[in-house]
Amino acid sequence: MNFNDILTLLPELYLVAAVCVLLLLDVFLKPEQRNITHWLAIAITAVALWLVIDGQPAQSVTAFHGMFVRDHVAEILKVFALLSTLLVFIMARPYLRDRNLHVGEFYSLTIFATIGIMILVSAGSLITVYTGLELLTLSSYALVALNRDSRLSSEAAIKYFVLGALSSGMLLYGMSMVYGAAGTLDLAQLHLLAGGVDMTNLMMFGLIFMIVGISFKLGVAPFHMWLPDVYQGAPTPMVSFIGSASKLAAFGMAFRLLESGLGQLHDQWQVILSVLAVLSLAIGNLVALVQTNIKRLLAYSTISHMGYLLLGLAAGTQQGFSASMFYVIAYALMSTAAFGVILVMARAGFECEEIDDLKGLARRSPWFAFLMLLTMVSLAGVPPMFGFFAKLMVFKAAIDAGLLWLAIVGAVFAIIGLYYYLRVVKVMYFDKPVEGVELKPQTDKPLRWALSINALALLALGLYWGPLLAWCQRAFAG
Amino acid sequence: MITLSHFIVLGAVLFCISLAGIFINRKNVIVLLMAIELMLLAVNINFVAFSRFHGDVAGQVFVFFILTVAAAESAIGLAILVLLFRNRHTINVAEIDSMKG
Repeated sequence: MNFNDILTLLPELYLVAAVCVLLLLDVFLKPEQRNITHWLAIAITAVALWLVIDGQPAQSVTAFHGMFVRDHVAEILKVFALLSTLLVFIMARPYLRDRNLHVGEFYSLTIFATIGIMILVSAGSLITVYTGLELLTLSSYALVALNRDSRLSSEAAIKYFVLGALSSGMLLYGMSMVYGAAGTLDLAQLHLLAGGVDMTNLMMFGLIFMIVGISFKLGVAPFHMWLPDVYQGAPTPMVSFIGSASKLAAFGMAFRLLESGLGQLHDQWQVILSVLAVLSLAIGNLVALVQTNIKRLLAYSTISHMGYLLLGLAAGTQQGFSASMFYVIAYALMSTAAFGVILVMARAGFECEEIDDLKGLARRSPWFAFLMLLTMVSLAGVPPMFGFFAKLMVFKAAIDAGLLWLAIVGAVFAIIGLYYYLRVVKVMYFDKPVEGVELKPQTDKPLRWALSINALALLALGLYWGPLLAWCQRAFAG
Repeated sequence: MITLSHFIVLGAVLFCISLAGIFINRKNVIVLLMAIELMLLAVNINFVAFSRFHGDVAGQVFVFFILTVAAAESAIGLAILVLLFRNRHTINVAEIDSMKG
């Protein structure tokens, strides 16, 4: 260990120190001074974002004997994970305050989870993958359970916990097999050794268990059982975090384990990922058709989006990985926007969870109906929105890698998916408001601004997507 | 003579018992937590055995990480379980089904 190692880890180390200060400071604040914690948490995250961007090395740098890798893939994922954390912080306050959930733990747990994400996407060894992943998931379990008096929330938390722990166990069992076959935990060495080990069966066994673990974390069918219940039961800001920043991390983990580690076994994992992609596209899109709860609808939509993400991963080419990363960034931004609209419409005693709650929104508050329209259209993948180009890129990557049938399946399900997104739009614009349901958006300025910028960015990035795509492609080149 | 394969079989048996404990159990969430712990211990046996086989100490270092995280994990799991019992007055797995669809 030397001083350069510390410098490489500066954003993470800074965040650990800062979040401890935040946690301590919050103990001494009165409940009515909670806004100090709120703004401090935002400032801490913003500084971390600056440290990540400012300290970006020109070339990939490793620290602590290759345990930690700081390359462009990690940088991009960290930038967007921190951005979505910022958005969640800004959007969460009115919702939490209305429900007496505005506590310091929310901020510290979310920042701890973000540190987990940053470690996970920079992992250079199986140990780092595991530690980062557990820091992320353990904080997420606590976040989901934060609403202590809610029956649904605690049920969601226990389901999340049991299935999350099961998936970690599977992942670890896979890691132990891979370690047994290759004799190393280091991902870079694994990449060199993976193709030529003596114990091929052991390696394949480990690979399959690791894919099961990754699929659980991504929420890919048939390992998606936890996702709808967690989305429905957990408080909306936490879902917004799990749906955006965590998905970036899950993509980072899949890339590190499958490509950085077991890239030589691409022929084997391509088949498995293709099957999983088809299953998630089918289950996600078809089950979403019959949902009446908007958070559950978004959960099934997540499952289908993870299917599209797998199209790019299955391709396994540079183009495929950059398309997948482009997709997961688009998805994270769309997810924060969609949950942002729910957050802006929810108030004390009214969750705005049912699709019918949005009836007549266009007449009551045209601006937020318009923002929801942008988000839904982008999720559905209609040009010229961000979501359309993201889908286009993964389809293109899949076709170029010889997976034409997979791209066709994806396109068919994208058309089926159009129906349930447009149903939300129809309810907002063409249905009469329900008697007795008062649709009054939150008046909190930061929330309104953040949501407006977030949703308009989906349109702006749809019109001007070149630089972001080029940035993603550069990360995987060479 | 005890060889590597004996340890791997032991790990696999423990792993299968823990999987069965998670999927067959319909009564009690605490049993689920025990099964999860057992699963992590099965992994630890694998790691130690492979570490000894390869003469590489990294696998045993990983075991320490797993043990530490497992402790944190069960602490959070039990805390969530307390919440669940306070809100629903039951920890029967079959009754935790208010969300469907």
